[in-house]
Amino acid sequence: MNCSDIADWLDACVDGELDSVHGVEVERHVQHCERCSSALQERRALRDALVAGAPVFRAPAALRERIEASLRERRPPVGFRLPFGLGVGLAASLAVVALLGWTLGRQAAAPAPDEVLIGEIVSAHVRSLMADHLTDVPSSDRHVVRPWFNGKLDFSPPAVDLAAQGFALVGGRLDYLQDRSVAALVYRHGEHPLNLFVWPSGGGTAGGGADQPVREFVRDGYQLSAWSGAGLTFCVVSDLNREELREFVRLLQSQG
Amino acid sequence: MRDEDSTRSFERSVLPHLDAAYNLARWLTRDDAAAQDVVQESCLRAFQFQDGFRGDDGRAWLLAIVRNTCFTWMQQNRPGQTASFDEELHSPASELASPQAALQRSEDREAVRRAVEELPAEYREAIVLRELEGLSYKQIAAVAGIPIGTVMSRLARARSRLQQVLRPPAASPRTGVRT
Repeated sequence: MNCSDIADWLDACVDGELDSVHGVEVERHVQHCERCSSALQERRALRDALVAGAPVFRAPAALRERIEASLRERRPPVGFRLPFGLGVGLAASLAVVALLGWTLGRQAAAPAPDEVLIGEIVSAHVRSLMADHLTDVPSSDRHVVRPWFNGKLDFSPPAVDLAAQGFALVGGRLDYLQDRSVAALVYRHGEHPLNLFVWPSGGGTAGGGADQPVREFVRDGYQLSAWSGAGLTFCVVSDLNREELREFVRLLQSQG
Repeated sequence: MRDEDSTRSFERSVLPHLDAAYNLARWLTRDDAAAQDVVQESCLRAFQFQDGFRGDDGRAWLLAIVRNTCFTWMQQNRPGQTASFDEELHSPASELASPQAALQRSEDREAVRRAVEELPAEYREAIVLRELEGLSYKQIAAVAGIPIGTVMSRLARARSRLQQVLRPPAASPRTGVRT
């Protein structure tokens, strides 16, 4: 680990978000590196200064009372109370406000399932690179990678090596998306790592039972493609450009 | 019956987090009246949409609604502050070398508070959720709707900035600060 690695891990270290292996590495490094040691101390001093100096605001009692009172008055679900008779104007405008609020709230609180999933996939990809934990089973041999998942998953992900076509299989990993274990197959194209996530279609995770054509997404600079077939859903993420990723998907589909 | 049940379960899962909601809203809007409005509106939205709440983290759920309501409020009332923040353009050195910043270089509480208040909203949000509310990276990612990697880079940049503003004038050269 060099100083630039340490700089990347400094905040996670101060925040207690570093796994024990990396934590030990950071501790070991700062023992003999004055520069990183003082950087770590500065971060800790800043945290102390923030905790001591930045006020934590408490909700005023009047606000709490107002909210509790307005909840007591409310009768959900509002949408079913269609306004009839007198007072229609007021009731209707209240209903509109309520529905508008509901719609806004819905956008705020519950992004579309796809969006959530894409976010999770990009996070999983980034995490696998940051923690230097790309693979649990580093092997370019599909006859090693595929059986490794046996007993760890309730399905068998296809492991196809595309080294001859420029996409080398480098291993496999267990990952976790939307409350279920998924297979992550790791490929490399030049210096670019690809994470191919695979899980059974239907059930808890997005995607119905039917085969779905390839859909492409871009999120935080990463390119994603998702499709499903033969009962499995696939989603590949990498920092390749769109054309290169299309090529990968095409190769995979033709081999699968 | 259902009404009473849902009101009660809402009161149990969400209302305990009113302080956290207000704290976040207050730091983001930097205004007491606005923060109260935002929190009240957010609670009503949360209540109307409570069927969409699954899982056990009522705090993260409420905070996500609060932060979205805050950013909407800021767009309407403080345009310019939420314009999508270009992290490359706003390198720490470019903005903070003002005489005003120099005056704030002290360790006292007021300086800390102002330094946090002057952070871009996205950075302020990350610092408040992490340092004052003690949320994990994963929870911050859920509240702000961003990947964990972005949480980490925002925290790192926010802290480097704060260190720069708060460092006493006599301090040694800029060791360990990533630029």
